[in-house]
Amino acid sequence: MRDFYGVTLDSPLMLGTAQYPSPQVMQQAFAASGASVATVSLRRESGQGQAFGQMVRDLGVRILPNTAGCYNAREAITTARMAREIFQTNWIKLEVIGHADTLQPDPFGLLEAAETLAADGFDVFPYTTEDQVLARRLVDAGCRVLMPWGAPIGSGMGLNNRHGLRSLRAAFPDIPMVIDAGLGLPSHAADALEMGFDAVLLNSAVAQAGDPVAMARAFGLAVQAGAMAAGADPMGVRDMGVPSTPLIGKAWL
Amino acid sequence: MKIELNGTPHDIAAATVADALAELGWADARVATALNGDFLPAAARATQPLQDGDRLEVLAPMQGG
Repeated sequence: MRDFYGVTLDSPLMLGTAQYPSPQVMQQAFAASGASVATVSLRRESGQGQAFGQMVRDLGVRILPNTAGCYNAREAITTARMAREIFQTNWIKLEVIGHADTLQPDPFGLLEAAETLAADGFDVFPYTTEDQVLARRLVDAGCRVLMPWGAPIGSGMGLNNRHGLRSLRAAFPDIPMVIDAGLGLPSHAADALEMGFDAVLLNSAVAQAGDPVAMARAFGLAVQAGAMAAGADPMGVRDMGVPSTPLIGKAWL
Repeated sequence: MKIELNGTPHDIAAATVADALAELGWADARVATALNGDFLPAAARATQPLQDGDRLEVLAPMQGG
């Protein structure tokens, strides 16, 4: 099994901490999902940050700080350094956003920030696309995990480009990959795991469900099923029907 | 002196970043700081002088995806 900078996760589910109806629902969702990683951000201290930081540490899962909302490499690098100090981890979910509507990563800023941060000892989890040229550059820069998007952040569309994602997965067999962003349903998560991705990262799909705790559990079950299926070597797809019941011995009626 | 604290103009008496955090009630808070856009490690706050017009960012953990 591929690991994440030397860490083997108990569950291939990474869950965000934003947009829940209440802190209690967030805690219950984490417990119900079995998620092994929580993503968090850094924002200007307004009096809430201390209690929230303690609540996240009490979840008992690994913390993956993000650089959400950064639109250039400089902002992302500074944010990453601040996050490393406050969360005491080298892990960083590197987001450098290039477009406000699609929230598509800026490949140029992303690569620039990844090069600097990897050289500075960070374990970089770059939020990227299915672009294989960019993936190669990120790996060359020192990234040992890639996080291609499924669809635009918060869209809930699932895996928009299955062919592209499948090609990316096949092109870098040794690199752990997380489908990050755009998932809406547990079936999307199971699909990603079945395709050979190592984990999924999601937030809105759980937090914005009518019943976030039930949805968190559903995602937890889906990633288990998907990972088990991937390990069980799925059958190939055929164009024509093939009977599963033996023809030999059929009665002449 | 006048500095910009988290994007808002602020009058501050402290001469260093560490003293400024104490003045603001954040002496024991888990916060990360940036001065004029560059990361300022916690260990450097006590010796980092503040100047008129400095931009100080004080960040804390927040919800994120």
